Amino acid sequence: MFDGLTAETLARMQFAFTVSFHIIFPAFSIGLASYLAVLNAQWLRTRDETYYTLFEYWKKIFAVAFGMGVVSGIVMSYQFGTNWSVFSDKTGPVLGPLMAYEVLSAFFLEAGFLGIMLFGRARVGDRLHMFATAMVAFGTLMSATWILSVNSWMQTPAGYSINEVGQFVPEDWWQIVFNPSFPYRLVHMVLAAFLTTALVVGGVGALHLLRDKTDAAARRMFSMAMWMLVVVAPLQIFAGDMHGLNTLEHQPAKVMAMEGHYDSHPEGAPLILFGLPNAETKSIDYAIEIPKLSSLILKHDLNTPLAGLDTIPDEDEPPVAILFWSFRVMVCLGFAMAGLGLWSLWGRLRGQLYDSRWLHRASIAMGPMGFVAVLAGWITTEVGRQPFTVYGLLRTSDSLAPVSAPAVAASLTAFVIVYFFIFGAGTFYILRMMNKAPATRNLGLRDGPVRAAGITPAQQVDRDITDDPTPQGN
Amino acid sequence: MLFDLSFIWAGIIAFAVLTYVVLDGFDLGVGILFPFATSERDRATMMNSIAPVWDGNETWLVLGGGGLFAVFPLAYAVIMPALYMPITLMLLALVFRGVAFEYRWRTTRWRGVWDSAFFGGSVVAATMQGIALGALVQGVEIEGRAYAGGWWDWLTLFSVLTGLAVLTGYALLGATWLNMKTEGELQCQMRGYARWLGAGTLAAIGLVSLLTPFQDPEYFRRWFNLPGSLFSLLVPGLVALCSYALFQGLKGSRDAQPFLAALGLFVLSFIGIGISFYPFIVPPGLTIAEAAAPDESLMFTLVGAVVLVPLILGYTAYAYWVFRGKINPEEGYH
Repeated sequence: MFDGLTAETLARMQFAFTVSFHIIFPAFSIGLASYLAVLNAQWLRTRDETYYTLFEYWKKIFAVAFGMGVVSGIVMSYQFGTNWSVFSDKTGPVLGPLMAYEVLSAFFLEAGFLGIMLFGRARVGDRLHMFATAMVAFGTLMSATWILSVNSWMQTPAGYSINEVGQFVPEDWWQIVFNPSFPYRLVHMVLAAFLTTALVVGGVGALHLLRDKTDAAARRMFSMAMWMLVVVAPLQIFAGDMHGLNTLEHQPAKVMAMEGHYDSHPEGAPLILFGLPNAETKSIDYAIEIPKLSSLILKHDLNTPLAGLDTIPDEDEPPVAILFWSFRVMVCLGFAMAGLGLWSLWGRLRGQLYDSRWLHRASIAMGPMGFVAVLAGWITTEVGRQPFTVYGLLRTSDSLAPVSAPAVAASLTAFVIVYFFIFGAGTFYILRMMNKAPATRNLGLRDGPVRAAGITPAQQVDRDITDDPTPQGN
Repeated sequence: MLFDLSFIWAGIIAFAVLTYVVLDGFDLGVGILFPFATSERDRATMMNSIAPVWDGNETWLVLGGGGLFAVFPLAYAVIMPALYMPITLMLLALVFRGVAFEYRWRTTRWRGVWDSAFFGGSVVAATMQGIALGALVQGVEIEGRAYAGGWWDWLTLFSVLTGLAVLTGYALLGATWLNMKTEGELQCQMRGYARWLGAGTLAAIGLVSLLTPFQDPEYFRRWFNLPGSLFSLLVPGLVALCSYALFQGLKGSRDAQPFLAALGLFVLSFIGIGISFYPFIVPPGLTIAEAAAPDESLMFTLVGAVVLVPLILGYTAYAYWVFRGKINPEEGYH
């Protein structure tokens, strides 16, 4: 299966595979945790049952997604050492403390309060339960902050010096944490997580509206999700543009590859809409381009010269074709999200938000697109970092652990098989949960005996989720 | 020396690993005992006894790995490739058992699959952790700043023995935990298991202790010279005390006592390993001071640890307090 590949290629494949699987879950759970906190707060404030129904509905989906995020994340935290031990040794003094802070300030918070959020409402009461829900949401955001600081430092290293054994050592923690690309990347990713969640919630709401447009919970979630899109999608386009300009400043080769600029353009660079990057001839075949627009976007002036990859040594170039396409997929989806938001706004103004079936169908189609955009974006930034792990300072080939190709191939095979099996099943369960209407609960239940530690609500509430009509448990 | 940052950090990492071992130890133990439950109701009770806390328990493992990366990056860079296979198998096992907590409630047709994943994942994770421990005690071959040994160095009779020892010990923790958290037939069943597992754990501790000095004569010297010899004098007595408390508690109605006694056995064993290792972090060649990151890294991380670890212990304790007491399988049924 992996014959003839070097240990480095295999280790990179393994990292790409495990991190791509992993990012799907945080992208969803960061947004969903905040959404749950809002739903819970709204329920406490208004005592409107619809909010409670939605909270319980999405809470169960969150539990499954969060579980998958946790187990795939533990793999990540050990993979730096197993496959990239030289990188770990060299960057540990700078990046290790940031990751330790992530564990201390985020992971424990999420894990510690998750149990109370999922199972503890009856035991601790509404107020403490709200606090726990808020802490889980806060934890997810803290986690994003630290890990994006780590990734940003790898892209735009700052505040370090190099010691006699070749390790990066900290000089200024402020500069390390708030390195040049960190603020842009953090905003871009958190907005992406919120958009991803909004699209999923909107898609699920739309599905149930198509079945029954009087369903109060479906109407509420669809409306909330569409407002989110209206507000956040344009913000995201703006944030993405700012992030791109920051990248141009610090990682010009990455932007050249994204834009497909093999050649320098002293007269002002065109924006290449589409084409086929050709690594042999170092040109874009069949390019459809708008003259001067790239200079306008990147430099705000039509005639500003833009350097191309011909100014970069070949051994320092990222792979153009991947970046060229992943960047375009991300941007197109970003505009599609903004378009869906505008469409919903138009529908809302005409009083057709819950009646426009084509809007609902489009929302369902866009439901998974946040994940696609997040993956495309991460591929753009991470592949664009190549051939370095620490940009311009530490090459990927010099970061590898002393591992042999067969060992990495074996573990990669195991990860692929296990991930497809485990996360395939999990995705199936989540989709099945989403397929169920957020039925309004029997109002008598909350005052009756409620589960405390020990009985998973699954049996109490999910009897209808299972594929078997017989009662469970005893 | 005592106020040396790297030494303080060695203590914190040791504390994190010990906390991981005792906390995730009992919930892995519950997974190991899972197939011995006689009814779906017992299985639900067992799983529900740890459902609200397992995730927090496992986070200590991430702190162990992440902390090592932060403050002893060289040790992390050496240990992980040295233990490539056991670590990878442990991670895959933890994936299986972690998702089982949620998945088993989402299906009836596949419930058996996820129950097996929960059991198998727990067994493999526990065994691999024990094997990793044994492989470290044996010593790791280093050249320059990298692991220089072979792919199978970790697999010896000794490491298989430590693997089985940890498996048995975790099962004991699981049995005593369930003895504390359950009632009726399930409790009786677990109490019976705890007696056997207690005897097995003591035998394993004895055997590993006897064999450890043969792994490296250096260990022997540390045990019989100050300050290690003080501990050597105390250990047999303390182990005897814990064992007495364990079996005594299993007879009586003090349900928390056996669990606490089993924890005591783990703490004692752990301190013993610490004495064997000191001042090395990766025996036989890498000391705590050599593996440490620069003081700027240690200090920056220490500030966070000093503030956040007590806070974490506080809200973790609160979460345990919220879900205290016996589990009532009838609760929540209509």
